[in-house]
Formats: sequence, C-alpha cells, structure tokens
Amino acid sequence: MQVGVLALQGAFERHIKTFQKIGVNALPVKSPDDLEQVDRLVIPGGESTAISMLLNLNSLRAPLQKRISEKMPVFGTCAGMIVLSKTVLDGREDQIPLNAIDITVRRNAFGRQIDSFESELEVKGLNEPFPAVFIRAPIVESVGNSVEVYARVNGQIVLCGNDSTLVTSFHPELSDDNRIHEIFLSIESKDR
Amino acid sequence: MTNSETNSQKTGTVRVKRGLAEMLKGGVIMDVVTPDQAKIAEDAGAVAVMALERVPADIRADGGIARMSDPEMVEGIQSVVTIPVMAKARIGHFVEAQILEALGVDYVDESEVLTPADEKHHIDKWAFTVPFVCGATNLGEALRRISEGACMIRSKGEAGTGNVIQAVRHLRTILGDIKKIGQADSAELYDWAKRLQAPVQLVEEVAETGLLPVPMFCAGGIATPADAALVMQLGAQAVFVGSGIFKSENPEPRARAIVEATTNYANPEILAKVSKGLGGPMTGIGMDELSIKLEERGW
Repeated sequence: MQVGVLALQGAFERHIKTFQKIGVNALPVKSPDDLEQVDRLVIPGGESTAISMLLNLNSLRAPLQKRISEKMPVFGTCAGMIVLSKTVLDGREDQIPLNAIDITVRRNAFGRQIDSFESELEVKGLNEPFPAVFIRAPIVESVGNSVEVYARVNGQIVLCGNDSTLVTSFHPELSDDNRIHEIFLSIESKDR
Repeated sequence: MTNSETNSQKTGTVRVKRGLAEMLKGGVIMDVVTPDQAKIAEDAGAVAVMALERVPADIRADGGIARMSDPEMVEGIQSVVTIPVMAKARIGHFVEAQILEALGVDYVDESEVLTPADEKHHIDKWAFTVPFVCGATNLGEALRRISEGACMIRSKGEAGTGNVIQAVRHLRTILGDIKKIGQADSAELYDWAKRLQAPVQLVEEVAETGLLPVPMFCAGGIATPADAALVMQLGAQAVFVGSGIFKSENPEPRARAIVEATTNYANPEILAKVSKGLGGPMTGIGMDELSIKLEERGW
C-alpha cells in the first residue's frame, strides 16, 4: 500500500508525520506523476479555495477525479472535506468539489478563528473520546443514503464516510492521536 | 477575551492558535488596502489577506506615524472574502490588538511596519484568544516573541523595498542557528539561551526538534515568483507578500504566479513557466538608499 498526501498547500507535513508515527511512509503528491504512484490519498487541511485552484493549475483535477470514480480510498480533513464533498455552501462560485461523498458542507460554519476550539469527541467505533481540533471548521449540513455518520458536535455532523471515503471537519493531524488515520488505513481498496 | 470553556469546547488554546498557522503553510498571504484588492488576492489563490491602510512602500514614502487600520476598512475587507483576514497592531499597542480581536480578525500581526507604541515591551499575547504573528531577524528575537505567546513567526526582511536580501539574511540567520543548536550538548544550551536572550526551555525544544516551536513564514521584500521560491527553498514554510503585488505593473497575474511558485518552489520548469510575461515588478530600493530600517524595530 502506498499512501499519498496532497501537498499543494496546507498541513500536509503533519499528515505525513502522523503516518510516520504508525510506521507508514506517505508520499507528498504535487503532480499527476506523483498521483500515479499512490493507491490512497489524503487531502489535508488548508484553504479550500487555494487547494481547489491549485488542483487545476497543477493539472491534478482530471486524474484525481478519475481515481475517485474508480473508488480509490480518500481521506479529507477540514478543507479536504470541502474539496471531497458533493455541494459546498458559503464557498466561491468557481470552487468545484470532487464529489467523492454525497454530503453538503458549509464552510467556516462555527465562525471566525476566535471561535475555533478543541473538544473531546465521542466517535462511533472508538472506545475513548478523540481530542479533536476545529479550526475555522466546516460542518456537514446533509448527507445522502450512502453516507455513515460517526460523530457530531452540537448535533452537527463532523465525521462521516462511505465505502471509500472518510471526511472530518476537524484536524486529526494536529492531535497526538493516530486513531482516525488508522481508520482510514483500514478502508479496503477496491481501486485497481 | 480570555480562554473560555463551554460545552467542553475550549477556544484560544495553543493548539487552536498554532493550528491556523499550520493551515496557511505552503501558501501566500497578501497585503491588501481595499476590498477590491482583497478579491483579487482571493481570486489569485491567496490563503489569507493582511488588511492595512497603506502597503509598506507607501508607509515608507509618506513618513509620519503608521497605526492600526480603520475598523471600517477591516470590516469592508472581511465582508468580501472567505479566506482568513489578518490585520496589524503596533508593537506593544495591546489596545489596538484588543480592537482587532473584537472585530474578529483571524490573526493579529504585531508589526514593525507600523510605528512602535512601546519602546520596551511587546504585547502579552497569551492574554488573547486571537493568535498573533510577530517578525524576527534572528533566533533570539523569534524565541522571545514565542515566549510572549506568538503562534507564528515571520522573518522580517525589509518591508516595502522589493529587495529580498534582508529576508534571505534573516532566514539564514534563524535556520543556521537552529542547525547549530542541534549540534550543541546540554551544557552548551544554557550558553545559547544566554546569548540569544531567550528562555532555556525554548532553546531545549529547538535542540530536540530541530524546528522552531511554531510555523516560520517569510516576509519583507518578496517581489517575484523566483523570490518566493528562493525563500521556500531556504526553509520558509509560507510567504507574506506586501508591496510586491499591488505596487507591480500587473497585480493579478503576478499574484497568481507567486501562488504557483510557492507551491511548486522546487520545480524550475514550473517556475520558468509562471515567471513569463508578468509585466514590471515593483521598482524596489537598495539597502544603502534607505533612511529608515523597519527591521530594527522590536526588541
């Protein structure tokens, strides 16, 4: 298994470090050639508008869209969740998501940076709460039938997935806790 | 505002404050003076904008006292972009910082580009929920700012000059000392702390991790895509571009080219492609032509 982390902008190094801690060597992905070498991909936190634009500028959108349609396992955190969603609210008009998971996402749903927070999150399938870091975080406003919900904050969905996709509103790469990354690694690959 | 706890949700923690800086890595933060410029910056792929009344090149040309921007102007910019909005407070002017926090800016820059308000004390940044970025010319200055609560450091460079030489000098100074500290034994770390005038705990942390405890970005004099790639290759984690975009002949393509160059900083083919046909950069100033050195502000 070769894990990749989209390295256009954002907290990609923190994801690579988290994988290192669990003994997995992750490759930074900046180009279509890099993408060819990986069989699962993380889209990190960052600014979703910038990441979305850089996908176009670095000729990654079409090949990534194709891999997603072939069910390559993908994991999006915060901005990554926005990029992988079906519909974005409060985004830019030219910000077209990749539709890896049937969710509608609202950007900056908790407010500005002063409203960013940490919370001990109850996650379905985990015995102990997860120390979740929310930074200008989005929320999932609605989900389709194919989506399973794993965690909520104030009733709002912040962690969900389908058979090949995992998305979080928060930043597991900023916590010293590898459990969400391990869940992503456990997704069975149907791609290739 | 201070750290608060509601529904076991903790705001203003170190992780939350440094976390936003992590999200800006690999990106470009652009100085803007109007909502229109803020839109151009966001359209070009900026990860954040710095809202201010005059870019450093104009502050330099106009002289006089440079202060926090008019709140109405900051709000005007907040209302047109979805990316984070930063704003500058004078060194030591904690009330300007309180006002910026009340406006909901996402990061406060305690900046030497404005006229200092306190000749001895920087702001106690731990007292705020909003995170702070501060400039530094060397490792001691960076660690002193971090000990005061800064959650991001930017190497200062010399703002408003379009001349990258000081940015390079400051980056090399900070990163060079970090490398040397990595080689020092435990006894030598106390001497390093004394020489750097920085807390020994932070010096030990640098020795152990080989990194600053917070993200380190680069500012001051970046005017071309090649400049941005240069400081990224030297070890900056993101770039601030002040006068370099909106004092150039053709801001839109230059802004986008600097964004592309910052992402693809190690790829000369892409750097060559994005550097083409951008029109004239800002004219710039040589160091020996300067009457005021902004980098010397801060202690």
